[in-house]
Amino acid sequence: MAGQGTTVATAPVETARRAHVGNGKARALIGPGLCTFLIFAVLVALGALIFPSSYFYRVGTLVWINTLAVTGIVVLLGYVGLVSLGHAGFFAIGAYATAIGPNYGIPSPLAMAGGVALAGLLALVVGRPILRLSGYYLAIATLGLGMLIWMVLSKEAWLTGGPDGMTVSGMNARNLFKLVGLKLKSAEAWYWVAGFVAAIGAAIAVNLANSPSGRALRAIHDSDVAARSLGIDVARAKSRAFVISAIYAAVAGALLALANGYITPETGGFMHSVEMVTMAVLGGAASVFGALVGALILTALPQLLTVFADYEHMVLGAIMVVTMIAMRRGLVPFIADLWNRRKS
Amino acid sequence: MRRQAVAAGVSALAILTAAPAIAEIRIGASLAITGPAAFLGDPEAKTLEMLVEELNANGGINGEEVELIVYDDGADPNKARTFATRLIEEDEVVAVIGGSSTGATMAMAPLFADYEIPFISLAGAVVIVDPVQEFVFKTPHTDRMACEKIFADITARGLSKVGLISGTDGFGASMREQCLDVAEASGVEIVADESYGATDSDMTPQLTNIAATDGIEAIVNPGFGQGPAVVTRNYAQLGLELPFYQSHGVASDAFLDLAGEAAEGLRLPATPLLIPDQLAEDDPQRQPVQDYIAAYEEKYGEKPSTFGGYAYDAFHLLVDAIERAGSTDPVEIRDALEATEGHAGVTGVYSFTPEDHMGLDLSAFRILKVADGGWKPVEE
Repeated sequence: MAGQGTTVATAPVETARRAHVGNGKARALIGPGLCTFLIFAVLVALGALIFPSSYFYRVGTLVWINTLAVTGIVVLLGYVGLVSLGHAGFFAIGAYATAIGPNYGIPSPLAMAGGVALAGLLALVVGRPILRLSGYYLAIATLGLGMLIWMVLSKEAWLTGGPDGMTVSGMNARNLFKLVGLKLKSAEAWYWVAGFVAAIGAAIAVNLANSPSGRALRAIHDSDVAARSLGIDVARAKSRAFVISAIYAAVAGALLALANGYITPETGGFMHSVEMVTMAVLGGAASVFGALVGALILTALPQLLTVFADYEHMVLGAIMVVTMIAMRRGLVPFIADLWNRRKS
Repeated sequence: MRRQAVAAGVSALAILTAAPAIAEIRIGASLAITGPAAFLGDPEAKTLEMLVEELNANGGINGEEVELIVYDDGADPNKARTFATRLIEEDEVVAVIGGSSTGATMAMAPLFADYEIPFISLAGAVVIVDPVQEFVFKTPHTDRMACEKIFADITARGLSKVGLISGTDGFGASMREQCLDVAEASGVEIVADESYGATDSDMTPQLTNIAATDGIEAIVNPGFGQGPAVVTRNYAQLGLELPFYQSHGVASDAFLDLAGEAAEGLRLPATPLLIPDQLAEDDPQRQPVQDYIAAYEEKYGEKPSTFGGYAYDAFHLLVDAIERAGSTDPVEIRDALEATEGHAGVTGVYSFTPEDHMGLDLSAFRILKVADGGWKPVEE
């Protein structure tokens, strides 16, 4: 029972996965990863079809960036059952590397790659000792890690601009599209880039779930001890999942830095970590579609709720409470179950 | 009032195709009304709401009603940028006020150049107007000017060796850096440089260190919130006699309540908002300061803060520019704004130029001292 120390509703992952990786036939034909990619691509294009202005593209961009970051949480929380409250730290490492690089003559794409590598490396080094913990203890350890990163970003003003943040110079997605002769507004360009990267991220995560490594992760989710007795190197597998999820967060952070053109230490703050986990839990931590739904709701809803600005937090809180009580595994698995039950 | 205004603005989201009718002048604002910077955004939002109401009751601008659309960005740059996009694209505003914090301001700033919409920030940092961005203005004076003003007063008293004790929060850290930067040019020497965490409850060790420094002649405390009040009380407990300076960050009556009698005798640079009745009859700021305080107290039953004053000035500068432009074209408004000369506000007297989008000089700050539990101007 050692591996089941997590507090988050641990779904029977197998059902959940079967429910949304897509239905049997299409999956068998083109593979679950490609299938997921195509579904995401259609959703990205669908958004672009109905968006009337840059403002919608802007919100759409944030949805895709959040989806990407939350997909990392899905790998960690949904697949392995590990809770991290410090992922905003990795997010911020990706963001700040992208911002700092150009100041030292490193081109944006290289700085971005460097930041992602750094986040992965840090996750590898730190992961070894702290992944021995589970449940609350792991949550607190990762929380501490996130706080440390946030403190460095706030205090080292010579490098990071301190609490006021720093400007991100360099790449604009618009220029990428200019290369192929397309003229887009920058809000639209970032939407396509973020949507594309999120689709790739989702496809990779789905493929991972269906690979031997992914099956090992899910075995660990059910029981550490049982997994070990099957010959799975539990420490190694956990560490791998931690690194992968850190990389997802860092890529999302780098994208956000470039799309916004300005970052502050709050991107690495505790609240942002909580927000990411919340999105995953709300949508359903066991699948990438849960990541998308959670990110969509928690990004778009505050925009709709500006009418009730004073009640925004109350409404969000109520949604969370209702989801946790009535749909313990999150929205997507709940709806998928309903659907399956109706069919059978 | 705010909710009604916002409701009008958000209708566009519910009905994708319906473009809002533009029968009036729309002004947008994105402020930190809640969250860690609410002490900035709340009085700013209240001030703007009050001013719009007042303006419309008096017939609006050139006969046209003004609609104010306010969003709460909670000082989150990410949200601020989204709201700025929304104000420009969906609400079709002619100008935007806001960004209570530097981060929010800087995240929004590039949009205004893209869309050619004038923007007046209410945040402090120098980076907002240096280098000058064509469409970005700001009303608060900078911490750099506060340092210069304090140092000018110190040298005027024939002193030069200064010890700094700074908070490590955003405000304290930024001001400390600016003070170090302007020290030499201002003719003072920083001989001690201590810091404290924003929530520390005892700064006696740092003060003892500074007091023990050779030749120390004055102490300056760049900081914000409760920290400076603790420093002030520790200062009195240690019985230090050196001239003691606080920053504009604590220039409020709330600070006097926190620090109590220990504050007696200290000096700080502040806007004339703290001394409405002690301004000279011919002071150009006397009228706006007294008007603002009277109107705010009547509507909200509390004293306005320095931060609300920034919003007051931003709004009046904007209205003045729209009136002079005689048009609601954002570019013409911007041009009129940049041509502003000698506009007396509550923070200072503004004169914008193409090279200066803050428009204040050191005369905007008054050095005040605490005497008999109240503020008194120091004769220069």
